[in-house]
Amino acid sequence: MNENSSRYKRVRGVDKFMTGVFYGIGGFFILLLIVLAAYIIVKGITSIYPGVFSFTSMGIGNQFFNTIYLVFLSLVISVPLGVAAGSYLAEYARKGRLTEMITMSIEALSSLPSIVVGLFGYLVFILMTGMKWNLLAGALAVTILSLPTITTTTRDALAALPSHYRSGSIGLGATRWQTLWHVLLPACVPRIITGVILVAGRGFGEAAALLYTSGQSTVLNWANWDITSPTCPLNVFRPGETLSLHIWVMRTEGSMNPHSVEIANVSSMVLIIMVLGFSLLARYLSRKLDEKNKGAAK
Amino acid sequence: MEGIGILNTAGTGALARERADEETQTVTRTASDENLKYKIRDLDLYYDTTQALKAINMDIKPHEVTAMIGPSGCGKSTLLRTLNRMNDLVDGCRVEGKVILDGTDIYGNIDVNELRRNVGMVFQQPNPFPMSIYDNIAYGPRIHGERNKARLDQIVEESLKKAAIWDELKDRLKKSALGLSGGQQQRLCIARALAVDPDVLLMDEPTSALDPISTTMIEDLIQEMKDNYTIVIVTHNMQQAARISDKTAFFLLGEMVEMDSTDVIFGQPKDKRTEDYITGRFG
Repeated sequence: MNENSSRYKRVRGVDKFMTGVFYGIGGFFILLLIVLAAYIIVKGITSIYPGVFSFTSMGIGNQFFNTIYLVFLSLVISVPLGVAAGSYLAEYARKGRLTEMITMSIEALSSLPSIVVGLFGYLVFILMTGMKWNLLAGALAVTILSLPTITTTTRDALAALPSHYRSGSIGLGATRWQTLWHVLLPACVPRIITGVILVAGRGFGEAAALLYTSGQSTVLNWANWDITSPTCPLNVFRPGETLSLHIWVMRTEGSMNPHSVEIANVSSMVLIIMVLGFSLLARYLSRKLDEKNKGAAK
Repeated sequence: MEGIGILNTAGTGALARERADEETQTVTRTASDENLKYKIRDLDLYYDTTQALKAINMDIKPHEVTAMIGPSGCGKSTLLRTLNRMNDLVDGCRVEGKVILDGTDIYGNIDVNELRRNVGMVFQQPNPFPMSIYDNIAYGPRIHGERNKARLDQIVEESLKKAAIWDELKDRLKKSALGLSGGQQQRLCIARALAVDPDVLLMDEPTSALDPISTTMIEDLIQEMKDNYTIVIVTHNMQQAARISDKTAFFLLGEMVEMDSTDVIFGQPKDKRTEDYITGRFG
């Protein structure tokens, strides 16, 4: 009994200690995030000068627009492709060499360094096509980076669905495609949307892949809506510097600009807020959609 | 609702004689099995190299409840799934022999989706889709081409009524089906299968996951439905088979040992193995 209680104390002690360690690690991460975000946001706020948010060469409005537009373009391409690829892997592909190769290729794609993807983009989308820097090339480069994530998100979401959805649907005389389109994919929408939002967040911060694809400058004329003109905001074949690149440019080549430091700080702040905001949005939406799916009728 | 005790031979005598009369009439009337819903001939089924069903020969009559009983792993669920070709979904499953539904071999060149519309299935675990109750029922008709909203409303109402669950659900058709209780979900699944107007309903242990009250509701439902449908039910609950079925087939290790009127199977089985199973010597 004595021996038990001293051993018991030791075991309990270790348990408490480790619990503390784990809480500490969790707390550390929260602290890290708060410190990082706070520093950047405070720096940004103190650097705000009149006109910093304007859509002229004085401010970062154009870059902000470019960031959103570029990510939007890349999603337009990568989401249908990624969902289709993920659906193929989850529902149609047979276990075998080919499928394994496809899975490995996707994993390899997702771990490519973004600068390499950027240089590839430069080679194929700029040099080989003979075009100048353009938004679309940048969007395609970002697509290469985001496609694997959307594919695996879709594939995992589908694989996680109970198989009795499929049996129920097939048992009613539906085809595989009908089952996928009317039952399975709708049931995966929350998870897929979460994946898309996270990918978008990553896309906002992308810099290396855009260095030699969408370019380091942007001149927009918001009065010009001729879509073929290089200063029209909606023209996808025009150069379009994004926020993250702008930060880099401001702190290197652009230091001739009198406000370069402030611009970099404010850009960093805006970018961090966007990324964090999207992350939170993804979580919120996914929870809301899950509730709706699980039957709030209970 | 009649209860047929397993060893209650007194009450079953009259019924057995009545059915025997019908059967003789039926036999003389049709030399060519026209009124058989299913004719299964020399059916062998393999999962890769394992043989799961051996030389099955079986007749299923329309507008009857046919029960398939037997110990776990005897092949009764596998056989049930051959009746609507759900086994096609299993990799490595090979079927030899004939399964003839209304005169056509369903393993020949047929429209499998139409087969599955016509032969509905209810599974052991209730499996409503993660959609509203209305959309669950309307799913079948919609994928088979029905777009008219008024028609769909009507089908949903009729199907839920046939499954005796309209009153409970009519005020919450738009709510998610996942919010229902197990028994309600299973009746919903029955309604969903009925919505595409099948001839046959296959039920794979439909009440084994449910409470006794829901079980009774569904057994009553089956009795009501058999006038309009042919029902084949797999059950490991012998008393259930005795209660609700007209014919019973006993399976063991992939073979059909004996098939006869329920009264005969449970009263005076011909095969010793059947008798051993019925009396609980194994199972």
